Amino acid sequence: MTTATRAPTATQRTNVDRFLTLIRIALITFVTVGLLAFIAQQISPTNPFAEWANPGADRLTGSAFRELVISGLNIGVMYGLIALGYSMVYGVLGFINFAHGEVFMWSVMSGWITSEKLFEAGLWEDFFIPALLFTVLVSVTVSTTLAVVMERVAYRPLRGSPRLIPLITSIGVSFFLQNVAIGLFGPAAKRYPQLPEWMSKRYEVFGIPGLEVEGTKILIFVVSTISMVGLWYYVERTKTGKAMRAVAEDKEIAALMGIDVDKTIVRTFAVGGAMAGVAGILWGLLFRSVVATTGFLPGIKAFTAAVLGGVGNLGGAMAGGITLGVGESVGPLVLLEPLGIPGVSQLKDAVAFVLLIAVLLFKPSGLFGERLSAEDRA
Amino acid sequence: MTATSVPATASSSEPQWSPDPRRLVSYGAICALTMVFICLIGMPVKLDPRPLIDPILSRGYASLVWVPVVFGYSVTSFVVLEGMAARRRGPSDVLEGAIVGAIGGLGVGILGLLVDNFDLRDPLINWSPQLVDFITFGNSIGFGIVIWLVIGALCGAAGAGLHLLPETVRLYVASVVLAVVGMSFLETAATDLLQGLKLEFISDAIYAKQGGLTVRGAVIVAVLTVAGLALGRFIRANQQRAAAGRAEADLATGGGASLTPVGGAMRRRSNRELVLGGLGIVGLLLLPQFLGGIMNELLANVGLFLLLALGLNIVVGLAGILDLGYVAFFAVGGYTTAVLTSPNAPWLHPELPWFVALLIVIPIAALVGLLIGAPVIRMRGDYLAIVTLGFGEIIRLLFLSDWLAPYFGGAQGITNIPGVQIFGIATVSGTDPKAVFYLVMGFCALAIYVSWRLERSRLGRAWMAIREDEKVAEAMGINTVNAKLAAFVTGAILASFSGAIFAAKVGSIFPNSFEILVSVIILVIVIVGGMGRIAGVALGAVVLIGILGGPSQPGLLQELAEYKLLIYGALLVWMMLKRPEGLLPNVRRSRELHHEELSQDAWLKAQEIEAAAPPDPEYPGWETPA
Repeated sequence: MTTATRAPTATQRTNVDRFLTLIRIALITFVTVGLLAFIAQQISPTNPFAEWANPGADRLTGSAFRELVISGLNIGVMYGLIALGYSMVYGVLGFINFAHGEVFMWSVMSGWITSEKLFEAGLWEDFFIPALLFTVLVSVTVSTTLAVVMERVAYRPLRGSPRLIPLITSIGVSFFLQNVAIGLFGPAAKRYPQLPEWMSKRYEVFGIPGLEVEGTKILIFVVSTISMVGLWYYVERTKTGKAMRAVAEDKEIAALMGIDVDKTIVRTFAVGGAMAGVAGILWGLLFRSVVATTGFLPGIKAFTAAVLGGVGNLGGAMAGGITLGVGESVGPLVLLEPLGIPGVSQLKDAVAFVLLIAVLLFKPSGLFGERLSAEDRA
Repeated sequence: MTATSVPATASSSEPQWSPDPRRLVSYGAICALTMVFICLIGMPVKLDPRPLIDPILSRGYASLVWVPVVFGYSVTSFVVLEGMAARRRGPSDVLEGAIVGAIGGLGVGILGLLVDNFDLRDPLINWSPQLVDFITFGNSIGFGIVIWLVIGALCGAAGAGLHLLPETVRLYVASVVLAVVGMSFLETAATDLLQGLKLEFISDAIYAKQGGLTVRGAVIVAVLTVAGLALGRFIRANQQRAAAGRAEADLATGGGASLTPVGGAMRRRSNRELVLGGLGIVGLLLLPQFLGGIMNELLANVGLFLLLALGLNIVVGLAGILDLGYVAFFAVGGYTTAVLTSPNAPWLHPELPWFVALLIVIPIAALVGLLIGAPVIRMRGDYLAIVTLGFGEIIRLLFLSDWLAPYFGGAQGITNIPGVQIFGIATVSGTDPKAVFYLVMGFCALAIYVSWRLERSRLGRAWMAIREDEKVAEAMGINTVNAKLAAFVTGAILASFSGAIFAAKVGSIFPNSFEILVSVIILVIVIVGGMGRIAGVALGAVVLIGILGGPSQPGLLQELAEYKLLIYGALLVWMMLKRPEGLLPNVRRSRELHHEELSQDAWLKAQEIEAAAPPDPEYPGWETPA
């Protein structure tokens, strides 16, 4: 059995395959050498291997490393929340909704407007929790509405067309939404109002000495965990979630079972938009700044996270997001810095893209497996 | 999408018809929202000072009043289904259009009221007193509301009224409007060209001093358009009559030509295309002689983007690979040229002449094409798109990084790139856009020749087969991996040419010239023009880059520079929804895209034939076997 399946593949190896093997080997070698250099540097910055790799090496302290991991996790959970939207839409409709990053940006934008107005009214500082809840409500409403309108106007008429057509459309939508934001709010960067002091203070977590995390970051972890659990419950335990999964599996049969496919698809977009809305507010609280192009990179990276975890797989999206966030935060300093590459933090985004390419080279179905309908799996 | 909206002019049955108020209100609401949106992005206020037709209409108001016209027209166009009676046209249509337009106008009026009374300047940068002035024409706000109600109603009624006109008249009206608006917007180009031709008296006659057409000019343009259109129709009618006569004669004699009437028509058509293309090329080559510096600069930019679009057309249009990182090859071409020719290059700086550098650029671009192509070639189409986008960003980030700064200059870029020395006779550089244009056109001609030959080659057919169905293509014995890689490499080389010219033209090169934006704009050119068709791509480049402008290059409509990306995005969505095959479609490609409709049409036709066929006498009452 095994020999029968193996024999033809052996003869079908092409130059491209050999080249890909070469790339894989090169990637693995690069990562290994980087890691070894990092370990050598951690043991002693003056040992010969570390000297050879990077003459000016310096040890990465434990607290600096912890900081990197925590901020990576933080960004990672936000990528995860955005990735849910990509993943769900890809699972149901089989196309990449490129404009999802812009839905996220609009949520950050509306969060800025709301919080600033609340700040002007003096409510932001005095009643922070209700004000924040109100801001979340507004943002989620905006992003959900945007996602639903987008589906209705741009994607529904294209259902059943070749799969690249909706993708190109979504690029157009993304461009449009981005430039609408510039047109309405101007190109300048907008600042979120100052957070109350108890939010930006650092707290010791789990009673571990030295593990101090800012309040904002704790809030981000808590809120994303809650949203994630809520979403999991919605998709896996409720009847509408069941309908969603059925539509993702096979639209026609779902329709025959009495499921309103259109409505379910709209719900999918709405839920994805809501998750992007939550992520948007968290992003706003963490970085406290927004421009019209804010959505582009997180959007692409969230898609990377979705692929990393396996498209259509909700838990995978979250795990992929965290992997990506930690990877791009730690990767440059752990893999590149010990090799003596200057200005590694500039290469953060490049690391994320290389990660995407690497996943697709090594395991195209993602770390936790895809969940796609029969036709999309082909 | 499947059914076309046919504005039927006449029908017999169904005399009674009552308007659907919900439809009217929803159309009106969308109309109002669109108009408010246009106001809020600041278009009217910014365009306002410049007139379209001198005392009558300014560009600012023009940017707004087209909305109710379009909505008035669309609210009264209905999909006419096969075998169903179309509704009768009458004054009620006009009334409906007027209602929709009035709701839209009311929206603008209410916006004026709100802007006047509340201050939302903080998030909305265009929430300004100037907007109120614009809406109220400088009068009181009550006046503004009333006047916009009237304007909206009139425009909506006019839009709906188009349905009442016979088809031919509607065509004339649309052409006249298009010509007048076009001539007004093309003022800079037209004046420049007429000046070069020593025909200033024409531009003096039709354009006003402060810009825009004069009323007299508008009338002249309108009359000329009508005359031209009538002449064209007359000629075409004559030709058709002649063709019909020829076909009949062929049929009567049983001549060989009649065996392939379609082939004959296609041959005639391609002949005509050749003649038109030849005339176009001659005109294009002579054009720069009569234009000023700015216009020539614009033409050179159009040429650069045309070259890029021709390359992407091979990748996307022929092979069907959606490459979103196409800008990477443009960057590679530009940077390689810069490193090889500039004395200021931080690395190597052999200061080679441009043409020698080009010989090195080609293999490097091909190599990068292979390097990027090989890993992505097996991926699903949409994954491929995102991964190529990632590669495009990686390349830009690498050129920008401190890591490679010793080689490529990082954020400082590479400056002082010399122009192109043509055999010691002439130097082509950015200061001489005319020469750049000729150089670009030379490469475009090469690119066109290559794409034209490739399309008809074995490889080209393999690409099209892959585009239509990769699995079937593979089963037919096509080496899909090699064919796709070949497309990637060809595209990469063409883009690197453009990059090399870009470097020589601008004289310096920075990483931020190679953002993803460029890839998307090239994609829009290819898609709007018509994927897979050279003429379409050329049209796309001329219209989009020439009129709207490139990512950082100004176009003819400089007032729209702020909104051009918005327009690009909207255009891309609109094209995908309404006409995915582009303005000048490739026949085969549009057949692929409308496969469903075509098969439906074929089915309908088969039904008709079946119905028309006399019943089989041997089996009365039975269907004729297919």
